[in-house]
Amino acid sequence: MGTRRISVTVDGVAYSDDVEPRTLLVHYLRERLGKTGTVVGCDTSNCGACTVHLDGRSVKSCSVLAVQVDGSDVTTIEGLAQNGELHPVQQAFHENHGLQCGYCTPGMIMQSVDLLKDNPDPSDEEIREGLEGNLCRCTGYQNIVKAVKAAAKAGSVSAGVAGGAA
Amino acid sequence: MIPAAFDYESPASVDEALAVIAGAGDREVKVLAGGQSLIPVLRLRMNAPDLVVDLGRIAELRGVRDDGDAIAIGAMTTHDDVTREPLIRQHALLLSLAAQTVADPQVRHRGTFGGSLAHADPAADMPAPALALGAEFVIAGPSGRRTVGASDFFTDLFTTAIGEGELLVEVRVPKHTGWGAHYEKFNHVAHTWSIVGVAAAVRVEGGTIAEAKVGLTNMGLVPIRATAVEQALVGQPATADAIRAAAQNADQGTNPMSDASADEDYRRHLAKVLTGRAVLAAVG
Repeated sequence: MGTRRISVTVDGVAYSDDVEPRTLLVHYLRERLGKTGTVVGCDTSNCGACTVHLDGRSVKSCSVLAVQVDGSDVTTIEGLAQNGELHPVQQAFHENHGLQCGYCTPGMIMQSVDLLKDNPDPSDEEIREGLEGNLCRCTGYQNIVKAVKAAAKAGSVSAGVAGGAA
Repeated sequence: MIPAAFDYESPASVDEALAVIAGAGDREVKVLAGGQSLIPVLRLRMNAPDLVVDLGRIAELRGVRDDGDAIAIGAMTTHDDVTREPLIRQHALLLSLAAQTVADPQVRHRGTFGGSLAHADPAADMPAPALALGAEFVIAGPSGRRTVGASDFFTDLFTTAIGEGELLVEVRVPKHTGWGAHYEKFNHVAHTWSIVGVAAAVRVEGGTIAEAKVGLTNMGLVPIRATAVEQALVGQPATADAIRAAAQNADQGTNPMSDASADEDYRRHLAKVLTGRAVLAAVG
């Protein structure tokens, strides 16, 4: 059945690899590139733990083939922090304890980043709807919603500063 | 799990895709659209095709255009794009609202309108709205293109009028400009399949329902048009009482399944309640 050559940029680094067509994106990220920050939770497309960004939009990397991302740009949880500084959404999850066991956290954060890009000031209900494809078995979601709210607030503050306010 | 091995082709045009499929001979072919149903099926090894033909590189299959009295939606247009596309919001609001309820955001970023229709899962949310609005399905095959009406497209469980070696390329939806719309679905858990869904589009004139179109999700092996409700609504005042009375006809002509989520009688009950809610929301 053979392999196919793919070229893909992951977290800002260009890779070229031969992959079997049946290789799932999540397995390519974890096993070929060593990006184990992206986890496999359910193996049924339900849990969202494997969420990454593909060309700027969130996807479940267990439901995408590696061959489908040839020529694309992928961002994983490992590509969010810049120069040792946590991404504002990572920082907000940290400060608001938006996790317990932490297994769903990479996917929660990636989906929260996508949600806030679309809707910088979401209501609690919009956050819950925006995260409906991500399951958490520990927290009851309360602190996750709080973290996303906090990140939204932090985002609007920094935007205000950048815009010359303050 | 990891899918069984398969060969993979990613043609750049519809003609090339048709040639690849025709050239597959006896090998089992699966067509990959957004992959949000097919890839889970492959992963669970419920299906193990010899060849997967990915339509993801075919630019001509994406996008929405104004086509006179209809809008034409490329088969590979994602649910997310159906939700946002201004032409659809203006002329086929029902599709936009239904697409917004499909699965979850990640799935909507990948899953496609045409893929969902071609897959024809009885619990999928897009077939009933497409049926209700009288969509026409443009199917390309080795001998050219043909158009199939909505009432002839969904033929059985997971089965459509798309034949061997053919591809769904475009869906033409007659314009319903100015119609009110709503898609009401019932499920037990966030982002799971609809137990029953109701798609309603209504045109109100001076407080009276002038036209009504209602489609039902998961009330049979295929999506069903609730014609008895439509007839009962026309000429009625757009009031809650009149709408709820008309909605009592919602299970006529349906053949709902009993399964772990709901038995047949409960589905019949849900169809009536949800039809009332959907039409009431649609009239605004």
